[in-house]
Amino acid sequence: MSSGVDLEHVSIRFGNFTAVDDANLSIRKGEFFSFLGPSGCGKTTILRAISGFNEPTEGVIRINGADMRGIGPNKRPTALIFQNLALFPLMSVAENIAFGLEVEGVKYAERRRRAEELLNLIALPGQGDKMVSELSGGQKQRVAIARALAVEPQVLLLDEPLSALDLKLRQHMRSELRNIQQRVGITFIYITHDQGEALTMSDRVAVMSAGVIQQVGDGTSIYNNPQTAFVASFVGENNPFFGKVIQADNQYAQIKNKFGTLRGRNTQGLQEGDAAILFVRPESLSLVEGTNPPENSIESTVLSEEFEGHSIHIHLEGEGSKHIALSLSNDGVDTNMHVGDKVTICFDPDRAIVLPEGELADE
Amino acid sequence: MNDPLSTFFVVFLAVIMALTLAPVLQNNSARVWENLRQIKFVRKNGVFVSTYLVGAVVLWVGLMIVAPQLYMVDYSFRDGAIGGNPEGHTLVNYSYLIFGRESDEAWFNWLHLQVFLRTIIASVMVTLLAFALCYPIAYYLAQTARGGTARLFLICLILPFWVNEILRAFAFRILFGSSGVINAVLISIGLIDDPIDFIKIDVAMYAGLSYAYILLMVFPIYNAIESLDHNQIEAARDLGSPWWRIHYRVVIPYAKPGIASGCTMVFMLSAGALAVPQILGGPSSLWFTQIIYDWFFSGGDWARGSAYAFVLLFSCIIFVLTIMRLFKVNLGELAK
Repeated sequence: MSSGVDLEHVSIRFGNFTAVDDANLSIRKGEFFSFLGPSGCGKTTILRAISGFNEPTEGVIRINGADMRGIGPNKRPTALIFQNLALFPLMSVAENIAFGLEVEGVKYAERRRRAEELLNLIALPGQGDKMVSELSGGQKQRVAIARALAVEPQVLLLDEPLSALDLKLRQHMRSELRNIQQRVGITFIYITHDQGEALTMSDRVAVMSAGVIQQVGDGTSIYNNPQTAFVASFVGENNPFFGKVIQADNQYAQIKNKFGTLRGRNTQGLQEGDAAILFVRPESLSLVEGTNPPENSIESTVLSEEFEGHSIHIHLEGEGSKHIALSLSNDGVDTNMHVGDKVTICFDPDRAIVLPEGELADE
Repeated sequence: MNDPLSTFFVVFLAVIMALTLAPVLQNNSARVWENLRQIKFVRKNGVFVSTYLVGAVVLWVGLMIVAPQLYMVDYSFRDGAIGGNPEGHTLVNYSYLIFGRESDEAWFNWLHLQVFLRTIIASVMVTLLAFALCYPIAYYLAQTARGGTARLFLICLILPFWVNEILRAFAFRILFGSSGVINAVLISIGLIDDPIDFIKIDVAMYAGLSYAYILLMVFPIYNAIESLDHNQIEAARDLGSPWWRIHYRVVIPYAKPGIASGCTMVFMLSAGALAVPQILGGPSSLWFTQIIYDWFFSGGDWARGSAYAFVLLFSCIIFVLTIMRLFKVNLGELAK
């Protein structure tokens, strides 16, 4: 099997605390794979286990099919890019990049040549003699990538490396990273709590919560077909409606709720009587014109309205303290809505999903 | 009011009071204050705090360090021998260290020069030994040990220093003596037949000196390594580095100022140590400070004693500065 990285029943515990619970995963060679989850969900622990800084309490990690148990971080075909980059401040840029080669005993001239090659790759040609402190944040970022690539790892592990950068640079570095990955063609495993990063860069994403891998899939399927309530609420904005399933078949499920009966897709095989949450995204909601309410209509009160140019965000009174968020695209006509107005909204059952009740992501 | 001590205090206090009260008592005191406030340091810290700070530093450096030392410098150029001329200045005390008495047959004062050189070399050895002992401890404390363990470790390191130096040195005599604990153990397990004279071969002295200054080596290195981002060690490891290269390329370069500071202190204090060499040194191994001590107290020749002491001081300073130059450490970094 020429798969990249395999996790087989990997659990990692620190004392009584389970950081990672029975993770099973197969990351393909040359794939850009992301772990996405809130802080403390165990994604960094998985990364450190793959790089060898901690051993799984149970289970096996394989890289290219080889069992990694008992193999130290300096002997694994992985390279890790730290959150704070951890560049060596007392070495020049070229020395930093060539450190791994120096360890391998590569001669100075050859190291210099390789460093220059990598500096070209990261678009910093001729800057090898600078000290790390003379570089800007984005340049340091790229040097850290070059340093990791110098040892020609089969797997590059990235621990939220963009989190220290400002927004603009971060967006630029996203495409940069993706470019570099496509050029070198090795497996990238990326850790982030930023869903934008995960969705834009990755081939596939694993969403994690409390040590458990909730769902693995590409961006579209994670966004459009979440399998758990956590994924639905963590990735993108989503409006939850809590209720009991009153009618279900293979395609749709209907729940009863204070707003009436609501129908959405039933992808998880819910049965009548199950506690469930119906999720519908703000952009899937629309205002009802006229007096004849169609299916899935909800009547509520306008709490606030924000005009954002291309779209208009409206908050309606929801269940308990929750709001219903509604996003309308700006079609050039004033919505003519005021705070306190009663409005009716509705959604297409194909654009809503009914999932088993479960823990939601914190707002 | 007649005894010299109280007279001294009166004069001393009068000077301090004059210095602090002068601006207040002056007619144009307002202008004096105004001028004082122009100084950035005064503006930042306030008049009273800055006066105190400047006063304390001046007192400390001027009165307690520079003045007595200058006095000793002057002393070292005088002829302090019995029957000599105490007035004029002379180089005889310095030349004695190098050439000995004119009436001597030998060209050089080999005895004293040898002791001097041996003191320097032995101090270097003690410094290296202390570094070898302390670096792993400091590294462990700074990077590996968790809160509780680290504290326990530090307490174990500090506690022995509550015992005074003389007692510690004598305790080492018990440990290293011919009938001491170490010899007794070695004989009882059959490793040796006759006791080894650790004191004669200076093992006891090296051990005693290294032990005496362990903290001065551990703490600066500990401080330096503690601020090293652990990720850098992990990054080096991740890039395939074996442990020794991590130390050689990442940790030691980073901790260099701390190491320099520790080594300087241990070297200076070893070279200037008196009690430990006196108590633990072998009968044939004189420490240079013992000669200085003898000039002051047995020989009664303070002038020659101070000359010898200055030779030791300046040699050590030059030696340390040279070494620091060699390893590219700045003087300013020592205070980090």
